[in-house]
Amino acid sequence: MPRKTMIEAINDAMDVSMKRDERVVVFGEDVGYFGGVFRCTAGLQAKYGRSRCFDTPVSESGIVGTAIGMAAYGLRPCVEIQFADYMYPAYDQLTQEAARLRYRSNGDFTCPIVVRMPTGGGIFGGQTHSQSPEALFTHVSGLKTVVPSNPADAKGLLVAAIEDPDPVIFLEPKRLYNGPFDGHHEKPVIPWSKHELGEVAPDHYTVPLGKAAVRREGSALTILAYGTMVYVALAAAEETGIDAEVIDLRTLLPLDLEAIVESVKKTGRCVVIHEATMTSGFGAELVALVQEHCFYHLEAPIARVAGWDTPYPHAQEWDYFPGPARVGRALAETMEA
Amino acid sequence: MASDPKSKAASPAPLRLHVPEPEVRPGDMPDFSKVEIPKAGSVERPPIDADPESIRKLAFSIIRVLNRKGEAVGPWAGSLTDEELVQGLRHMMTLRAFDARMQMAQRQGKTSFYMQHLGEEAVSCAFRKALEPGDMNFPTYRQAGLLIANGYPMVDMMNQIYSNELDPLHGRQLPVLYSSKEHGFFTVSGNLATQFVQAVGWAMASAISGDTRIAAGWIGDGSTAESDFHSALVFASTYKAPVVLNVVNNQWAISTFQGIARGGAGTFAARGLGFGIPALRVDGNDYLAVHAVGKWAIERARSNLGPTLVEYVTYRTGAHSTSDDPSAYRPKAESDAWPLGDPVIRLKNHLTVRGAWSEERHNQAEAEILDEVISAQKEAEKHGTLHTGGRPSARDIFEGLYEEMPPHLRRQRQQAGV
Repeated sequence: MPRKTMIEAINDAMDVSMKRDERVVVFGEDVGYFGGVFRCTAGLQAKYGRSRCFDTPVSESGIVGTAIGMAAYGLRPCVEIQFADYMYPAYDQLTQEAARLRYRSNGDFTCPIVVRMPTGGGIFGGQTHSQSPEALFTHVSGLKTVVPSNPADAKGLLVAAIEDPDPVIFLEPKRLYNGPFDGHHEKPVIPWSKHELGEVAPDHYTVPLGKAAVRREGSALTILAYGTMVYVALAAAEETGIDAEVIDLRTLLPLDLEAIVESVKKTGRCVVIHEATMTSGFGAELVALVQEHCFYHLEAPIARVAGWDTPYPHAQEWDYFPGPARVGRALAETMEA
Repeated sequence: MASDPKSKAASPAPLRLHVPEPEVRPGDMPDFSKVEIPKAGSVERPPIDADPESIRKLAFSIIRVLNRKGEAVGPWAGSLTDEELVQGLRHMMTLRAFDARMQMAQRQGKTSFYMQHLGEEAVSCAFRKALEPGDMNFPTYRQAGLLIANGYPMVDMMNQIYSNELDPLHGRQLPVLYSSKEHGFFTVSGNLATQFVQAVGWAMASAISGDTRIAAGWIGDGSTAESDFHSALVFASTYKAPVVLNVVNNQWAISTFQGIARGGAGTFAARGLGFGIPALRVDGNDYLAVHAVGKWAIERARSNLGPTLVEYVTYRTGAHSTSDDPSAYRPKAESDAWPLGDPVIRLKNHLTVRGAWSEERHNQAEAEILDEVISAQKEAEKHGTLHTGGRPSARDIFEGLYEEMPPHLRRQRQQAGV
């Protein structure tokens, strides 16, 4: 099977979807002629024409607001916010409109849109090119929130998101666009061509929303992760020699609670990790659910490793990003607890 | 430099913040003498493909058809037959009677909340008649005339207001936030201005699909200050979307007079000009003018000539809502002083002048309409009001959020015991 980068896989997902369904339209800032600042939409305008893939004014509420109107008409917009850090002007449209059209109109109007946004740090992006705002979406009833960690999933999840009848926030960890990253910034980047999850089937396929994947089977403890942190978790398990089971959640809402509970009941210990800030982050929800559903199987307090409760700094990138050393310490402490 | 002898002399006076104030407040005499009202029939009617640059002055005047004698005059007259005008009058009278009954129902505790259209009936009722089936409105909470004029059953509106067992929205929405795709009425949101840019998106979708349907966005004067107003204008302009962007200037945003939103701009219509969008200003209490201008803008959109911004100059005669008391911020008699009068009376006079209506027919119509509203109300109340009788199921809390209920909601529904 051909190997692709996450960028190519995402491009492929939109290509496949636009080919299969003429209702699918793609737009955003620099998305059309230029093909996107990350190249995710390269070639789509040339292939499908300007009325299917086009550039927009720099207005996030405009991008999402018009997408909602298009979805109400019957199209299937897949739009891009250039960085997740810039979604805030569209937050009103996403949370008060997209999320609630179906509910407030009792199904009279629906909102099958996908809002793609590059997310996460580890790229010296500073305060406004590194944020992980997933908790601001998982807290909103009516939205679905997806975070892929590899090219194979990125394509399948994005196709599934485009075909989903409800609004989906599709967060793309930009640190993973060209290759997996485990937090070892001092080492050279491995390209997706050297990773088996870089294998992307050329045809149409989907990865179902709401299903987690076990990336490493283990018996000592369970690590709940998503996006870039999946590779940090795998590195920490290798480096500490702790036989961790690494679960890549893939979809945060709806969440694959079954997979989580099954794993924690088996291991009896759980560490939750994410790049986003700690307080009221999605990790808090995960900890609460594990506590609620696995209390009698837990042999240690559930640990969390997350970004510090500060804006994402520039110079202190690697003191901020929760790398394998910090995750490794949490694994060791949880085993000793 | 401090040594510069000029520096002291040039030292400016302290800056002061300018906060616009209405000219009158409670206790003062209402005064609209500064509102310039052009004569009926005095504003030109350009071709729909006119160069926007050549019709800039239409954003600063007021298109009017009905003169003081009740005659239809000038180039915008003649878009409706007598029969259609009688129907239009009945629609406005129906909306007014509906409002009065629902206002009373709120006072009687049958619902939590209501918002009237008093004085603004012509805007939504007349515009609706200029649209074709399949066109889509993106209304605010003060355009129920779009439903009434399109034959949406009053009893369904009341069921929604009462949140009863037949509420089409299953009790999930505040009263008056209706939704009817079938009647070209997009689901109303409590969040202001969001619909304005969605209308543009709907119109873009129609263009992308090679359709011939158009969209109409609606917004009040106060909400033009929201960022989505600007998003809507820039997207409509960039993509020449087939949309009519309607600004209903009723002078008031709750307690805030329109000068706070308008700032230094001469008119709200003028805002369109900066975006290269042709803009018209129309007498919102003149059913004939609203219809003719709406038709012009709708034709422009359907002919792929792009968006139009229309400002309807009107006056919010009633309170903002049942939770509001306007006597706290404006003179009580201000609506009587409003120079554009009452849309129902003006159309009634016009039809009478034409010999197509009379005092007697008006009284009879009023009685018939009241009967219709009361019988719809009785029918709705059979199915419950907010606190008594039939009501939506507690299961409706959980259903219809997603197409398929996700596991966490299933668990919560079980916990709720429904």
